[in-house]
Amino acid sequence: MQDKTHSSYKQLEQKSKYTNMFLRWFLYFVLVIFALYFIFPLYVMVVTSLKTMEEIRQGTLLTWPSGLNFDSWLVAWGGRGYGAGDTFLKPYFWNSIKMVVPAVFFSTFIGAMAGYVLTKWRFKGDKWVFLFLLFGCFIPYQAILLPMARTLGVLGISNSVIGLVLVHTVYGIPFTTLFFRNFYVSIPSELVKAARIDGAGFFKIFFKILLPVSTPIIVVTIIWQFTQIWNDFLFGSTFSFGEAAPIQVALNNMVLSSTSVKEYNVDMASAIIAGIPTLIVYVLAGKYFIRGLTSGAVKG
Amino acid sequence: MKTLKIEELSKNFGSTEVLRKINLEIDEGNFLVLLGPSGCGKSTLLNIIAGLETINEGNVHIDDYNVSKVEPKDRNIAMVFQSYALYPSMNVRENMIFGLKQAKVSKEKIEEQLEKVSKFLQVDALLERKPSQLSGGQRQRVAIGRALVREPRIFLFDEPLSNLDAKLRVEMRREIKKLHQQLKTTVVYVTHDQTEAMSLGTNIAIMNHGVIQQNDTPENIYNKPSNTFVADFIGSPSMNLIKGNLKESSNKVSFITHGSNIEIPINGYDFKEKSNLDNKEVFFGIRPEHIFFKKSNEEDFEINLRADLSEYIGHEQIMTFNFENQEVLAKFPSTVKIDLSKNTKLFFDLTQISLFDAKTEERI
Repeated sequence: MQDKTHSSYKQLEQKSKYTNMFLRWFLYFVLVIFALYFIFPLYVMVVTSLKTMEEIRQGTLLTWPSGLNFDSWLVAWGGRGYGAGDTFLKPYFWNSIKMVVPAVFFSTFIGAMAGYVLTKWRFKGDKWVFLFLLFGCFIPYQAILLPMARTLGVLGISNSVIGLVLVHTVYGIPFTTLFFRNFYVSIPSELVKAARIDGAGFFKIFFKILLPVSTPIIVVTIIWQFTQIWNDFLFGSTFSFGEAAPIQVALNNMVLSSTSVKEYNVDMASAIIAGIPTLIVYVLAGKYFIRGLTSGAVKG
Repeated sequence: MKTLKIEELSKNFGSTEVLRKINLEIDEGNFLVLLGPSGCGKSTLLNIIAGLETINEGNVHIDDYNVSKVEPKDRNIAMVFQSYALYPSMNVRENMIFGLKQAKVSKEKIEEQLEKVSKFLQVDALLERKPSQLSGGQRQRVAIGRALVREPRIFLFDEPLSNLDAKLRVEMRREIKKLHQQLKTTVVYVTHDQTEAMSLGTNIAIMNHGVIQQNDTPENIYNKPSNTFVADFIGSPSMNLIKGNLKESSNKVSFITHGSNIEIPINGYDFKEKSNLDNKEVFFGIRPEHIFFKKSNEEDFEINLRADLSEYIGHEQIMTFNFENQEVLAKFPSTVKIDLSKNTKLFFDLTQISLFDAKTEERI
């Protein structure tokens, strides 16, 4: 290597410059392909929802709509106004909201508490408790359907929004506990010791010291739980029917049970409406999601 | 009345014994340093004094009051932690008065205390800042301030300087010393740094394997280590421990190392018990700083040793000599020139030596 001359270094420099440039452009190319691939279904959905049935029949999937026609959106949301058999999303949308808000709140809160206890108030056998909780993450949804149905029956809350809130809260606790436990593990326990000497008790330490620094993980948990619960179909379709159903179940009923011609534009609009809330949550809190997943504790 | 008294204290985590029959007393206004290698139980002991850990056996008294089962907040103590443990979501003011607010102290009194302490520690300009906006030294000062405003009977420090860089550590060490001189509050201070221990403590308790090895003034710890662990732990480089035998004849005692005919007379040595000395296997302990390259007083013992190694560290050099295949280290000014691989005339200051029983490793 020692006999390399000045000019040969120049050549190597040139070469690596071209290699880098090529790799960079290749990277962009691949990224663009992926982006198109992911955006394509959304494009089809939006475009189709804005077309009339006439246009859908005549054009292809990709044709641009003739104008902004929101009729199918109105039908999907509010129905056509004739009585029986007219399924539309509005009441079920509110069902879902009534289900998702308390379920997210309770599962997040209980998870935070559990994570706090498991990391800062160690007790005998706490490792086992955590292990069993983790186990909950791996139990398939289908396995708990029957016992859960029985439980809801005994409690007298089957086929109700409250019943679904309970199911989602219980099923969410293993995940939320895992999130909070892993977050609190990285927060120095000396904080808790200092607060104990300062005279703060169990709840005061949680609310005054730990919760204020938990924003990133709270956001992560909310996004996760919201998405899970909002998009859930299995629990919704098993434990509720008719008027108490959440939006995903209603969407399914709407799309599958229409007796006449398939109205693709209404179906697409309905699907988008059912997906919008999760999108909003991601857009509002997405940057915290990444930050919360990657960052550890608050230093200092 | 002792400010802090610990009796027969034992602690285990499961089957691991962390502390064994600890006895400790501190007089009002003293500065006790708990010193030891990591895992010796010193931090656990401090947590027990604070009430953050439970006790398996024994008692802790503060001001003659048995606090073994008293909550941390009611023990009249304050603690400064290694990571400072400032509450991240609160600003400096809120951090400092959090404890007083919990104790339902009146607003006027809180303000008064806050003003006094924050001026004293020169953090009065930082009151509205969050901990994340402070430098290491400032955080340290706020952490001390949070302890000060409570006006505790005992200050507990858990390695408070370990997170600072070398320069700041020396500065903060002096500040803590000044603080203690001014306030004269009783302090228990945990560290693994012997320089910190020596410079701060009025008393040092050296711990190893959950047992206090020696609890004494810094001078006695340095000059009269009670066993080979203490002798080895204190000092840098640590004390030379040369293995050999004692020889007693006609009331004169001397030391001979194996395979050597050099007899080192140790008549001036203050034996704990002057019996059965003849032929006793011992460690002859002499600190590197008590070996000289020229005679310093009449009692010095002259010896010829081969120089093997020289480590230059600026203001001084550490020389390694060979004494019958045992290494002997000496500390000289770096201006002294000594040839390697040649015999050099050295002088042992025999007034500064320590002798340990080779079996029990205790001082004799």
